[in-house]
Amino acid sequence: MKKFSASNPAIPIVDQVKPDGSKWTLKEKLWLGLTPQEYKAQFFRNWVNWLMLGVFAVGIPIILQRYIFGLASVTHASNDYPWGLFLGFGLFGMVPLSASGFMLGTTVEIFGRKDFIPIERLALLNGLLGYFFAVLFLEVDLGMPWRLPYPMFVSLGPAAVLFLVAWHVATYLSVQIAELVPAFGEWSGWLKGKRWVKSISIGLVISGIILSTLHQGALGALFTYAPGKVHPLWYSAEFQWIHFFCSSIFAGLSMVIVSSTLCKWTLKWRADDRFLNSVDNLTIGLGKGCSYAMITYLVIKIIAVAHDQEWEYLLTGWGQYYLLELGVGVFLPMCLFAVAVKNRKAGIVRFAALISVLGIIWNRLNTSMIAFNWDLYAEIPHWKEIWITITIYSLYFLTYRFILYRLPILYEWKGEK
Amino acid sequence: MTKQLSRRGFIKGGLAGTVAVSVLKDKETQAGHHFEGYPDAMGVVVDLTRCVGCRSCEAACNKEQGLPEPAEPFDDFSVFDHMHHGQKRRTDETRYTVVNRYEVPGLDHPLFRKKQCFHCNEPACLTSCFVNAYTKTPEGAVIYNPKVCVGCRTCMIACPFYIPTFKYSSAFKPRIMKCIFCYDTRLKEGKPPACVEACPQEALTFGKRSDMLEVAHQRIRMEPGKYIDHVYGEHEAGGTSWMYLSPAPFDQVGLSTNVPSEPVLNYVKGFLAIVPMVLTIWPALFAGFHLLSTRKDRIKELQNDENQEG
Repeated sequence: MKKFSASNPAIPIVDQVKPDGSKWTLKEKLWLGLTPQEYKAQFFRNWVNWLMLGVFAVGIPIILQRYIFGLASVTHASNDYPWGLFLGFGLFGMVPLSASGFMLGTTVEIFGRKDFIPIERLALLNGLLGYFFAVLFLEVDLGMPWRLPYPMFVSLGPAAVLFLVAWHVATYLSVQIAELVPAFGEWSGWLKGKRWVKSISIGLVISGIILSTLHQGALGALFTYAPGKVHPLWYSAEFQWIHFFCSSIFAGLSMVIVSSTLCKWTLKWRADDRFLNSVDNLTIGLGKGCSYAMITYLVIKIIAVAHDQEWEYLLTGWGQYYLLELGVGVFLPMCLFAVAVKNRKAGIVRFAALISVLGIIWNRLNTSMIAFNWDLYAEIPHWKEIWITITIYSLYFLTYRFILYRLPILYEWKGEK
Repeated sequence: MTKQLSRRGFIKGGLAGTVAVSVLKDKETQAGHHFEGYPDAMGVVVDLTRCVGCRSCEAACNKEQGLPEPAEPFDDFSVFDHMHHGQKRRTDETRYTVVNRYEVPGLDHPLFRKKQCFHCNEPACLTSCFVNAYTKTPEGAVIYNPKVCVGCRTCMIACPFYIPTFKYSSAFKPRIMKCIFCYDTRLKEGKPPACVEACPQEALTFGKRSDMLEVAHQRIRMEPGKYIDHVYGEHEAGGTSWMYLSPAPFDQVGLSTNVPSEPVLNYVKGFLAIVPMVLTIWPALFAGFHLLSTRKDRIKELQNDENQEG
């Protein structure tokens, strides 16, 4: 893209009108103002795209296989481990990493920290796509994916935790779509929608906080249905929802840091100075939030061990694994965040955020698959299950990038707003 | 049907009640809606001292429920050596019940134990289901409705006995497969399930659950040295319709002693109780934060307005 924008001052597109006064058509905007040949050239020049094509070449046939021959043809079809990678990673991992939307929404709109505005839309987009793809993962995993609306409209079981998850994720998805209407409105020229959303933004953010608190917690509470099955150290009837909710705070923030870092490194052409000049400072600000959330999380993790009298478990092999998870996945990045914030080193914050993102995925996989059935046997997922998971995640990555290339997420729209 | 619905309504109402009242008064509701099971629910006592591992119950179940013919015939006893991931045989989409053999140290003969749905008084599968696919009938059976099931498999996560299984092999008509106490064909008419009728050893005794509990305790009283002094299923998971008597410790015959003695739902109530609190407190709290943090801006705006007017 750098090459093209050097030769053509009109791109990247930041306005409804071209320098010569005529309007960009929707088609031109979708092609990024390039000719199809140019677009193709930039697409195939990027090695990441080749990697993605490789993933899809194998992944799409396997996904078709899943829908034609059933889950048994791509997973181990375990009755002991009903939930595998699709939910363990796709739902339980993706959702906390997408808490960024409501976190930044709260920071900017509720606490009035206008200095975080340059990164707010990225956080909102990160949230929306994370949820959307968590639902997509769910659609791969559900036995009868065509019945997704059943808990909403056909047969209601309101006393179940999953009922709450279903309703809240669905409502929150619509809230997040509404929150991104301004960016879409500017880009497409649909300003009516934007103004309307602006007028209800506080309401949207507050409903986002409520829905997030409850469904992030509810994902944890789903495991309270399995006392005795989940290892006691990863299980707490009283605290499970707080653990999941509290860890989603630093998970979401860390994910925005990782995502903004990738943008800073690889999408410089699309970002404007407002973003590029503030991103280091904002990263440090987010890192500060992460370290506070992490110390809170560590404390309530220890309280849960004390509350359930589980100290002796810490001396077993499982206990050491538990301490390793907390040590590497939480304590280490927490210290790194603290040191980096104190010395204002954005690079270390970024490194800590990466560890923390991996740490949270590790925690969710531990809870849903490794510490689950801890006294039974370990289930290693089928390679096709792993490949499908990677394929859906690649699709997430491509969609994410597709939108960043176009909508005013990393830059301010110059045209009519 | 009305009776069955009322059971569902009872749980819903009870939960909504707990949730509403717990904000005001926590302690009373906790005890207030504990469900003890239907008074006329039927039950079965399985006496492991009588079972010889003939697998007649497996064959009867297979026939009654129209399940596919197994790879090994029911008179093939080599299946007792089948292991999967170091585990003995379990229920799956082709069998609602299995008998396993256990070598117990100190005993000169092996023990055999039949495994099937326990038909809990307050089933975890039912309470965790978000589309209401499960029903606990007044006769005691836990039955399943494949017409509304989404295939999320939370019931399999929640069941403390690892009973519900999923028909993974089907892409277009998958469903949960589990023992339904022969509800449609037998229990509804007051008849015992096929497996009980087929047992040549009278290892399975069928009757009202309350009577069966009595029978079980009676047997322990009559021959105190013969049994472990505990009826497995009296309290496990809040009480179950199927109960076990064993001469050996229960964990040696594959009955988990990790299963809690109260309904699994009790472990989830802590979270369910916070839902209305978050719904009521959060909006006010965060709207308040918003007003507080933007207070200075507002004051500035007002002053600017005044200055302009003045």
